[in-house]
Amino acid sequence: MVTRVLTVSILAGLLAGLIVAALQHVTTTPLILKAETFEAALALKAPTLAAFDGEAKIILAHGPAGDAPGHDHAEWKPQDGLQRTFFTSAVTIATAIGFAALLLAGMIAAGDTIDQRSALVWGACGFLALGLAPAMGLAPELPGAASAALEQRQLWWLATAIATAAGLFLFLRFEQPWLKLVAIVLILLPHAVGAPHPAALESKVPAEVAAHFASLSLGIQAALWLVTAFMVGALWPRVSRRAAEA
Amino acid sequence: MNTGSVSTPTLSVSERVKAVAAALVIGVALIYTTGFAASTNVHNAAHDTRHGLAFPCH
Repeated sequence: MVTRVLTVSILAGLLAGLIVAALQHVTTTPLILKAETFEAALALKAPTLAAFDGEAKIILAHGPAGDAPGHDHAEWKPQDGLQRTFFTSAVTIATAIGFAALLLAGMIAAGDTIDQRSALVWGACGFLALGLAPAMGLAPELPGAASAALEQRQLWWLATAIATAAGLFLFLRFEQPWLKLVAIVLILLPHAVGAPHPAALESKVPAEVAAHFASLSLGIQAALWLVTAFMVGALWPRVSRRAAEA
Repeated sequence: MNTGSVSTPTLSVSERVKAVAAALVIGVALIYTTGFAASTNVHNAAHDTRHGLAFPCH
């Protein structure tokens, strides 16, 4: 069964990742490239660090002022064009394989029958937990946007994803009212605590572009979850039948 | 595989535990690498995907 999990994760992730990488190429990536021109313009001016309190700082991803490790121009990064597209697509495929594996882990642990319908429900919940809920606190961000320290945001993202996933599972799988109440508290708690935000807003990217990017990014992420889930649901029964025949 | 069924409940518990563990390790490792790893090279390679999928980047 481990082999089957591997096979289905890789195949489903590869197919879904390829489709969504093509979508990204014509939707989110052009906006990222556009935002980088604004980011470069911002980097020419000295960043106004005084505008920030101690909790937050501006991090220019590709500018000389970036003090986070790895934002040095001497570091390797894929060249614009084919190489960058290749790496972006490969990383999207790897993410899709990861999503497929998580979906399978959830469905097998819950003892669900894995078909297209059940996989799509799990995929929709995956998007709610790992996509929509974290994005309500930490909006999808273009390069050049000001944001709080990376580690704090990653921690909040992770906690929100886990709490939302657990909340959804409790709410959908248990009948007891008190468990449903716990589920609602779990889902709301990260938002009551609040995501880490920068003290000042610095992005020079026009609000229209940033807003368009935020909605596109959520749509693309929903597509990645749903296409991955569909592939998992379509492939699992086939691979299982083949394993049964062997 | 001693069953032709495609549903998972009919499989032995230990087999399911192993499958879940393997799937979790693969899923978490891949998503950590693509979405969260601090390594410069990984970050730069994953940059557009991280922004595109709303992972915290930078």
